[in-house]
Amino acid sequence: MKLSIVNYGAGNIKSIQFAFNRLGYNAVLTDDPEELIKSDKVIFPGVGEASSAMEKLKDSGLDVLIPQLNQPVLGICLGMQLMCNYTEEGNTQGLGIFDVSVKRFSNTVKVPQMGWNTVNNLKSDLFKGINERAYMYLVHSFYAEICADTIATSYYEKEYTSAIERDNFFGVQFHPEKSSRAGEQVLQNFLDL
Amino acid sequence: MLTKRIIPCLDIKDGRTVKGVNFVDLRDAGDPVVLAKQYADLGADELVFLDISATQEKRRTMHDMVLKVAAQVNIPFTVGGGISSVEDVDDLLHCGADKVSINSSAVKRPVLINELSDKFGSQCIVVAIDAKEIAGEWYVHLAGGTIPTEIKLFEWAKEVESRGAGEILFTSMNHDGTKSGFANEALAKLSELVNIPIIASGGAGTVKHFIDTFKEGKADAALAASVFHFGEIPIKDLKEELRKHNVEVRL
Repeated sequence: MKLSIVNYGAGNIKSIQFAFNRLGYNAVLTDDPEELIKSDKVIFPGVGEASSAMEKLKDSGLDVLIPQLNQPVLGICLGMQLMCNYTEEGNTQGLGIFDVSVKRFSNTVKVPQMGWNTVNNLKSDLFKGINERAYMYLVHSFYAEICADTIATSYYEKEYTSAIERDNFFGVQFHPEKSSRAGEQVLQNFLDL
Repeated sequence: MLTKRIIPCLDIKDGRTVKGVNFVDLRDAGDPVVLAKQYADLGADELVFLDISATQEKRRTMHDMVLKVAAQVNIPFTVGGGISSVEDVDDLLHCGADKVSINSSAVKRPVLINELSDKFGSQCIVVAIDAKEIAGEWYVHLAGGTIPTEIKLFEWAKEVESRGAGEILFTSMNHDGTKSGFANEALAKLSELVNIPIIASGGAGTVKHFIDTFKEGKADAALAASVFHFGEIPIKDLKEELRKHNVEVRL
């Protein structure tokens, strides 16, 4: 299987590569459109700030390419947020794959949300073999609202989208590469799609 | 609900764990990678590695260790000790560390916090604060608690938050090593003062100390070393007790 990670300067790619290695797969970091198009599965990572990340995607034309991909694509954390319509972070227009907005948690809770939270209302093959209320590791200050494409929710200040799916596009707010065995199961499920 | 985190801390020197570690079924107590894996399997929520190597040269072995831990461990981990520049952090994050912890270097040059959070994001910048209560006032100390400063804990905590720290790791020197409980009063005050997570450190001796620091101390996470290393408090038992006392934990 040809597995690629979109390279646009987002941080901590190593953890994702290592997580796939533990599952017996090699994930290649690339920004070459041909390579991405030829891949069986594409991971769209993201750590950092939304507007600067979006600028980098635009610089390399990846903002146009990614929404046109036909194979399964998994956005992680900021990657998922950038696949949405709009994010309040840096007042940024996203890739518009998921028809939902991303907002900031209010200061009635500690921001960022940092740690392990449950994923609830699971409905996708992405969560095959994973129990309701399984724990996943999250670090984020912004969240996608609940929408028609929501396939998992978590609660922090309010119920929000912790995973999302539309056609061949998937997004998870949590870090499966850091979420112990449950996270590894999500990655394996993505590979099995 | 977001759970409270239990974080074992490993002191590392020249790529090996120091201080005694005495785990059940553990063959090589000195290998941080073996230990880290074991802790992840036993239900630790995160790990902290504190590099106490003396020289820059020895720090390179730290990079190898971080790479190996990242390759084998499926929970988040923080690396601290001797980090003083954007380059230091860049190297560690590239080796697979999830967060870095800075301490003395932030006090000496507070703008470092801004530089790091601007470049890497607040989420991976932990500011560690060692403080000691002297005549009713908490003062920040440097270099592993050996050098006192005039800086007041609560003012410094506010400042590191405003400069972009994503989390504060607070160690009470009055409590560290005493096994008499965490500094819950100061912790609760910190937690109300700032809007970023607080990790309690220093003083863990019993299960009740953890319950207290989450309830009275309002801590978001609790860090300890010896009670975990010597199997005095198995993490699973600790978490079961916490849950019995209505503290949300990952089990």
